[in-house]
Amino acid sequence: MKPVSSNEPAICVEGLDAGYADKVIFDRLSFQVERGELFVILGGSGCGKSTLLRLLIGLKSPSAGRILINGVDITTADEMAMNGVRTGIGVLFQSGALFGSMTLAENVALPLKEYTNLSPDAIERVVAMKLAMVSLAGHENHYPSELSGGMVKRAGLARAMALDPSILFFDEPSAGLDPITAAELDQLIKDLNRGLGTTVVVVTHDLESIMTIADRVIMLDGKKKGIIAEGDPRELKMHSQDPLVQSFFNREPLKTVL
Amino acid sequence: MEDHGIPVISLSGEKGGDILLSLSGRLTLENLEMVDRELRSQLAGLAPASLTVDLAGVDYLDSAGALVLVLLEKGDGSSRTIPQRFVNVTPQAERIIALLNRLDLNSQHLKSVEHFSIFEYAGEATFYIIRGFRHIMTFFGELLVAPFHAVRHPRLVRWDAVFVQMKRVGVDGLPIVGLISMLVGVVMAFMSALQLKQFGADIYVASLVGVAIVKELGPMMTAIIVAGRSGSAFAAEIGTMMINQEVDALVTMGLNPVRYLAFPKVLAAILVVPLLTMYSFIFGIGGGMLVGVLGLDLTVFTYVQQTLKAISTFEVVSSLFKSAVFAALIAGIGCQRGFQARGGAEAVGSMATSAVVSAIFLVIVADSAFAIVLHYISN
Ligand SMILES: Nc1ncnc2c1ncn2[C@@H]1O[C@H](COP(=O)(O)OP(=O)(O)OP(=O)(O)O)[C@@H](O)[C@H]1O
Ligand SMILES: [Mg+2]
Repeated sequence: MKPVSSNEPAICVEGLDAGYADKVIFDRLSFQVERGELFVILGGSGCGKSTLLRLLIGLKSPSAGRILINGVDITTADEMAMNGVRTGIGVLFQSGALFGSMTLAENVALPLKEYTNLSPDAIERVVAMKLAMVSLAGHENHYPSELSGGMVKRAGLARAMALDPSILFFDEPSAGLDPITAAELDQLIKDLNRGLGTTVVVVTHDLESIMTIADRVIMLDGKKKGIIAEGDPRELKMHSQDPLVQSFFNREPLKTVL
Repeated sequence: MEDHGIPVISLSGEKGGDILLSLSGRLTLENLEMVDRELRSQLAGLAPASLTVDLAGVDYLDSAGALVLVLLEKGDGSSRTIPQRFVNVTPQAERIIALLNRLDLNSQHLKSVEHFSIFEYAGEATFYIIRGFRHIMTFFGELLVAPFHAVRHPRLVRWDAVFVQMKRVGVDGLPIVGLISMLVGVVMAFMSALQLKQFGADIYVASLVGVAIVKELGPMMTAIIVAGRSGSAFAAEIGTMMINQEVDALVTMGLNPVRYLAFPKVLAAILVVPLLTMYSFIFGIGGGMLVGVLGLDLTVFTYVQQTLKAISTFEVVSSLFKSAVFAALIAGIGCQRGFQARGGAEAVGSMATSAVVSAIFLVIVADSAFAIVLHYISN
C-alpha cells in the first residue's frame, strides 16, 4: 500500500457531473473529506446518495469532473493504479455482500490471500483478530446464511477492514437493524475511526447516528442536483436557515401531506 | 346488499347556471363506475357554471366515492374546471374530501423503461442488442486475457474453485450423460437394424452407431446436457452474486470478476467436458452393442471390431477437441449472461434461461462450422 501523506485530503471531488441515461443527478458537485474525519452523506430518498457512493468507490464513472482518492484520480487511473486505490479502501455494502458460498473466515481471508504473502497460519490469526474486533469471535466456520442481519453487517465490516484500509465506506449501516444493534454498530464505526485513524464515509438517513458519530456532513438535494448544506450536524441543526435542512434535523415533514 | 344503499342522484337548476346536485345512499367503491357514468351523462348536457353538491342524504362515503365527486370539477369533458361547493357534509366526509383535494390527482405519469410506441420499442431493442453484443465482446476479450494472466501468476488461479467446478460439471453429470447416450445408442441401433436386416447387413449397425455417436451425437448430446445443467447454473450463480452486490464487493476489493468468477468455471468445463464426451462415446456404443448382441445375434467381439474399423483416431481426437470448444462456449455464455443480470430475482431466472438457449444456439452454429472445416481437412 502506498503510504499516504497526512496533509492531503483523503477524498477530493471536483466539478463532478453524473447521472443515468438522460437524467442528471449531480451538476458540478465539489467537496473534500479530510484525513481521519468521520464524514456523513445525507439527504432525502432518491437524491443520489447511493449513486455518489458508487462514484466514490469506482463502480460508476462520472460524465465530467475529478475524484481523487488518496491523491489518485480514479476517473483516469489505469487498472494498476486503480488496484492500488482499491487496496487502500474498504466498503461495507448495504446488504453486507458476503460471499454466500464461503464461511466467515474465508470471506475475511479473501483479500488477505489475494494481496499479501502471509502464511495460512498468520492469515488465520489475522482473521480471528478482525472477527473479534467486530465481536464475532468464534464464528469463523459459520456461513453467512446462518447469521442474523446485524451479524452479517459486522462480518462485512471485518472483511472491509481486512487490509487495514485508510478509508472505509458504509452504505446505510443501520438500515434494517434494531436501535440497539444499530447503536452498537455506530459505536464500532466511531471506535475504528478514533482508534485506527481510519477516514470514514457514511451514507445514512439515521438522525440518531448522524448526531452521535458525524464530524461533518454534507446534505444532498435532488432538485438542486448537489449540496445544499455542509458542516457540523449540531451546528446545522441550531443555525441553518434552510427549510429543508431544518425539517430534516427536526424530523418534520416539509409539507403536510396527510 | 340492502335496497336503500343504492345511490340516488337528482339534479336541479338552469342549463349553464348553478346546478344543485343532491345525492343520497351509499357512495362506495362497489358503485363507483355506475355513479360516475350516471353523473357524467346527466351533467353533460347542462354545462354548469358552478356546482353545489348536497350530501345530506348520503349515508356512507368512502375514498372512492369522494373521488367521483372531486373529479366532477372536470365533469363535462372540456378543459375548464367547474367550481364546486359541498353542502351538508358530515365531518367524516369532509375529512375524506379534504384529503383527496391535497393529493396530486392529475400528475403526469413518469416515464419508465416500458415504452409503448413501436418506434421507441424498436430503437430500444436495437440498442439493447448492440449493448448486449458489446458486453459479450468485452467479456470474451477479458476471458481470453485470463489464461495469459494465469500463466504469469499461476498462484492467483483459484485451483480449488476449478476442482469444485470440475466435479459439478463432470462427475455430477456422469449419470445423466451415460443414460441419455446409452438410450440414443439403443434407439439408433434399433432403427437402423430394421432397415439393414432386410439386406442381411446387420453388421453395419455397429459402423453406423459408432460413426454417428463419435462424430456428431456424442459431442452434441453432451454439450446440450452440460448447457442445461451447468450453463444455467453458472448464469444463476453469477446473476445472484450480481444482485446481492457480491460482484460489486469483488470489484472494490480489486479482484477482476471475470478472472475470479468466470475463468475457473470456463477452465473446468474445458478440462472436463471432453472427458464426459468420451464417456458418452462408451455408453452410446454400448447401447448399440446391447441391441446388436441381444437382437441381431452379433458377438461382442465382432461388434467392437466392426466399430473400431469404422472410426478413426482422427475422428475421435477432432470430436474431443470440438467438445472442448463447445465447453468454452457454454461456460462462457453462461457466465456472461450472469454478469448481465440487473434488478431482481426475475432477472436471474431470465438470464439462466437465456444462457441455455444461447449456449445451444452457439453449439449448433459451431458444430456446423466444424462439419465444414473437418470435411476439408480430412479430404
Ligand atoms: N440504475 C439506475 N438507472 C436509472 N436511474 C437510476 C438508477 N439508480 C438510481 N437511479 C435514479 O437516481 C436517483 C438517485 O438514486 P440513488 O439510489 O442514488 O438515491 P438515494 O439517495 O440512495 O436514495 P435512498 O435514500 O432512497 O436509497 C433516483 O432518482 C433514481 O431514480
Ligand atoms: Mg440508496
